[in-house]
Amino acid sequence: MQFLDNLFLNISQVIRNLVGGFLPDWGVEVVMMTVAAAVLVVIAVVTMMFLTWMERKVVGRIQDRLGPNRVGPFGLMQPIADMVKMFIKEDITPREANRWVYNLGPIVVVPPAILALAVIPFGRGLSGADLSIGWLYLAAVASTSVIGIFMAGWGSRNKYALLGAMRAAAQIVSYEIPQVLSVVGVILIAGSLSMQRIVEAQNVWFVFLQPVAFIIFLIASVAEIERSPFDLPEAESEIIAGYHTEYSGLKFGMFFLAEYISTFAVSAIGATMFLGGWRGPVLPGWIWFLAKTYLLVFVVLWLRGTLPRIRVDQLMNFAWKVLVPLALANLLVAGLIAAIINPAETPGFWTFIGFLLGNLLLIAAVVMVGVLRAPEMEASEAAVVGAKGALAGQ
Amino acid sequence: MLRDYAFILIFSAIALSVPILGLSIAWLLRPKKPGKIKNATYECGLETFGETWVQFKVQYYIYALIFVIFDIETVFLYPWAVAYNKLGLFALVEMFIFIAILVVGLLYAWRTDALEWV
Repeated sequence: MQFLDNLFLNISQVIRNLVGGFLPDWGVEVVMMTVAAAVLVVIAVVTMMFLTWMERKVVGRIQDRLGPNRVGPFGLMQPIADMVKMFIKEDITPREANRWVYNLGPIVVVPPAILALAVIPFGRGLSGADLSIGWLYLAAVASTSVIGIFMAGWGSRNKYALLGAMRAAAQIVSYEIPQVLSVVGVILIAGSLSMQRIVEAQNVWFVFLQPVAFIIFLIASVAEIERSPFDLPEAESEIIAGYHTEYSGLKFGMFFLAEYISTFAVSAIGATMFLGGWRGPVLPGWIWFLAKTYLLVFVVLWLRGTLPRIRVDQLMNFAWKVLVPLALANLLVAGLIAAIINPAETPGFWTFIGFLLGNLLLIAAVVMVGVLRAPEMEASEAAVVGAKGALAGQ
Repeated sequence: MLRDYAFILIFSAIALSVPILGLSIAWLLRPKKPGKIKNATYECGLETFGETWVQFKVQYYIYALIFVIFDIETVFLYPWAVAYNKLGLFALVEMFIFIAILVVGLLYAWRTDALEWV
């Protein structure tokens, strides 16, 4: 087990010794970093291919179908067949489109998704770069993905694409606020922004200390990567495919690459921040990490198989009127409890009890507000539906 | 420390090369037969009608403004959270003031109907 746990570190040591023979020190460093970066990129692409298969299989099962099962055992070769198809498919650039922006869109959209993998700890001491500002880096990189999406929607000069891009921009910026706010509680307990340090601080998984934050993070992350039920920017039934309506072949594939890598990345971040990352008994760390990450990926797919798409006004209201106040309240509770019991010095059990009590109080308060405001909410919902009905009647 | 950022630099270059390399290979492999109708803008089978690059709904700008305010304030929350356990009572008082500022901003936006999607 010790050997398996250190497998990747040992491999890197072997490569280091191999190149160390005929290169100066800085040369060895550059070679090592390039190898690590290339391995991460390969992991990203393979993960994307696996996820397309997994999504079709899982959603197929949820919808009482078999999913892909013709190409290779269990349909596992399906992603390769798809890739071949995308590479040899004719590419169409609409006459009206702004050629530069249109063609740059798919190129700009991919790197932010891949870059998120740089700081994710796959195991003990096993991350591309252990930045001291790890989470801040992730938030910064993730928020640039909207630029590529907007370039695609704007450059296409297609009404559906532009609508999708506008929705995507509004949605991504709105849900970024609850996402970054929900993590503040975790950082407060861990006392660090570094992903490795956050994992090391989790003697008790943070999902038990910050359950409300975990739920906010999960919802906001699903909205950030535009997956159902928050897939309004690419709603097939109303705006065809949103910002990638006009794209075909591998350019279309690039948007899918970005989307699936982001799905993996946010699941990995969730597993690292709230589920203890690579920590776990007996099995090697990287197996624990992958198991927890794929558990969250499964939850995301499960949500897609279960929930209907929501309306755009519901989407924005939910972000600003439910998630943001809830995230602020959660931060307040976390700060108060951390002031009473210092989590760095109190034993795990008492920290757990303290934060659990705080979160239960918070949930009780939310339920009370919900019950008190229910008639008001119903009235406003009825008004919206009534207005829609009046419009339809015209 | 510097090594970590050097890695990010190399990683960015390699990440950027993925779409460029992929699209270049696809460019070599794929057929190129453009046509007048094939290259038309897609719009449910009809000729596209009117101007596409219209003025945005003003609502989007308001959300963008609120986003900028909140995002910057959240960034300021991070150093505070990292140092929380070392600062003691000061951090607690500071937190109340800071969250009060955020809540007042949110309430103001809420009351002035900036958060209504119309």
